[in-house]
Amino acid sequence: MILALVEQDGGKVNLHSLEMLTLARRLAEETAVPLHVVVIGQVVDGLGAHGVTAVHLAEHDALDDYAPAAWAECVVQLIAAERPTAVLAAGTERGNEVMAYLGARLGVVMAANVTAVSPGDDYRVTRLRWGGSLLEEAWLKGEPKLLTVAPLVIQAETVEGGAVEIRPFTPQLSADGLRVKVYGRTQPESGKVTLADARVVVSGGRGVGSAEGFAVLEELADLLGGAVGGSRVATNLGWRSHTAQVGQTGTRVAPDLYIACGISGAIQHWVGCKSARHILAINTDPDAPMVTKADYAVIGDLHEVLPALIAELRQRIQSK
Amino acid sequence: MNILVCIKRVPATGARITLTADERGIDTRNLGFTISPHEECAVEEAVRLVEQFGGSVTVLTLGPAEAAEQLRDALAVGADRAIHLLTDGAEWDPLATANAIIEAARAESFDLLLFGNEAADTGDYQVGIRVAVALGLPCVTGVKGVEVRGETVIARRDFGGGWEMYQVPLPAVFTVKEGLNLPRYPSVPGRLRAKKKPLEQREPARQGGGATSSLEMIRLATPPEQGKTVQILGQGVTAVPRIVEILHELRLV
Ligand SMILES: Cc1cc2nc3c(=O)[nH]c(=O)nc-3n(C[C@H](O)[C@H](O)[C@H](O)COP(=O)(O)OP(=O)(O)OC[C@H]3O[C@@H](n4cnc5c(N)ncnc54)[C@H](O)[C@@H]3O)c2cc1C
Ligand SMILES: Nc1ncnc2c1ncn2[C@@H]1O[C@H](COP(=O)(O)O)[C@@H](O)[C@H]1O
Repeated sequence: MILALVEQDGGKVNLHSLEMLTLARRLAEETAVPLHVVVIGQVVDGLGAHGVTAVHLAEHDALDDYAPAAWAECVVQLIAAERPTAVLAAGTERGNEVMAYLGARLGVVMAANVTAVSPGDDYRVTRLRWGGSLLEEAWLKGEPKLLTVAPLVIQAETVEGGAVEIRPFTPQLSADGLRVKVYGRTQPESGKVTLADARVVVSGGRGVGSAEGFAVLEELADLLGGAVGGSRVATNLGWRSHTAQVGQTGTRVAPDLYIACGISGAIQHWVGCKSARHILAINTDPDAPMVTKADYAVIGDLHEVLPALIAELRQRIQSK
Repeated sequence: MNILVCIKRVPATGARITLTADERGIDTRNLGFTISPHEECAVEEAVRLVEQFGGSVTVLTLGPAEAAEQLRDALAVGADRAIHLLTDGAEWDPLATANAIIEAARAESFDLLLFGNEAADTGDYQVGIRVAVALGLPCVTGVKGVEVRGETVIARRDFGGGWEMYQVPLPAVFTVKEGLNLPRYPSVPGRLRAKKKPLEQREPARQGGGATSSLEMIRLATPPEQGKTVQILGQGVTAVPRIVEILHELRLV
């Protein structure tokens, strides 16, 4: 049996869990075993259409909010009872975290952010390194095989599904497992377009020159209903807060248009913006990697180009 | 407060990564080396906590002889002492890495152990948690805010555009992310002082999962290029009309 840990947002399967289930189902088909999932606290619908035949539902009063080690305890108990050959989760913050606990508890290694698997006694896996700048092929050895699936790489698919059996169980949770548990949340600022969801991201790097220099980027983002991002240089120099950083150690964005102003296009930045549908680079250097890898480029000083563009857009709005 | 910070030496790659001929490593002949931004923030946080509450910051790395450079960098921004777990440069998988760190940490008593959320190169997302489980300590990952209240610490991390809060007693393990703070740069006097701070070398035995479990690299590859060609819209302000056309095509204005 292949076991997959499914994350949910209020009763709906999380997108990255669906992507993971697509890989998990193919793996189950190739090795001719059933695909089971484990969900914590609340059952989710529609899993049959992802090839799932049974849902193990962990129910316990203490599982009212996220507690990574306790989640892992639930899965460890299922593994002991059901002996799956592999356990998968999405390569999200929670998925990677719970799987790392499993690895530690079971004394086996976990392969994070896998994009492809060839099964066998040992699995030959392809996984992301350097935040996606490199791929690694590796042998994954261990019983069970533990792996997380890289988000936004595999397209989530549905299949003709059958009936799904729900099997509730009550895990034994230790006090240690419940030491680390979410006790409060703050809501996101309402009404603001977030970097991760914006249709347009206007992003600035060292070429912007100063914190004040970002005013033109703000103005353009406002006109286009977008959000402002930045390179690590811009955040490290204190020109923008880190929440604006795009890249390997910042946010990954996937807007319709990414406008990179005065950003050279280092690979750690590129992995954060390459999922944009279109990229426009504005740079004084025609050989900057951002320029050569973009869809569109303007060769010039961003402090001349952006004000002229803003003036043109304003004029159009007024003449309407 | 005695704090351990674990850092890993990695090449500072630029616009593209060139692999070695055997495709098992990065060609580092023209590259400098660094640690992950997450780990830079871990070092900075440790130094700030000790400035505030007293105690000492120990930095630890497992890596080749050259990794002493990253330990000295951390000493230059305020860490007090360093432990170098020396390897021959071969890559250790996360099980073997964690086991060596566990052994070193067991020998002392730290109130707080800080890790990066993931290493910049391998991105295994597990060494910190393995150490926490082995030492029986609570662990919060992805930490972007730390507030000490007596014997407990409030830690927060990103969740869906807002924050998710945790509260744990010390001793504890945190894996942290860039954004936790803005790390300081080393000063010249800091660099001079770093040369005199204690740096202890040990040669740990490599103890991984052996035949039972391992993650063994076969080879590396660069992801396929998208193969697009860039369309140059023009030089400077003369390009503005073309930009507006494109914004129209994409239905953004
Ligand atoms: C492990 C690791 C993780 C990292 N993670 C990230 C990350 O998440 N995000 C990130 O961004 N970086 C990250 N970096 C840093 C990255 O390697 C680069 O250092 C950084 O992205 C460079 O920022 P930049 O393009 O703004 O600056 P530079 O590389 O200095 O480029 C500035 C550009 O601006 C252009 N320019 C100058 N003046 C003007 C002007 N007036 N008008 C137009 N163009 C102008 C120049 O031609 C140049 O191309 C990471 C590095 C490491 C080692
Ligand atoms: N070789 C190493 N030496 C010291 N610390 C390490 C090493 N490898 C990993 N770490 C620490 O563990 C964190 C997570 O690494 P990983 O699980 O490999 O992604 C890193 O950010 C470091 O803090």
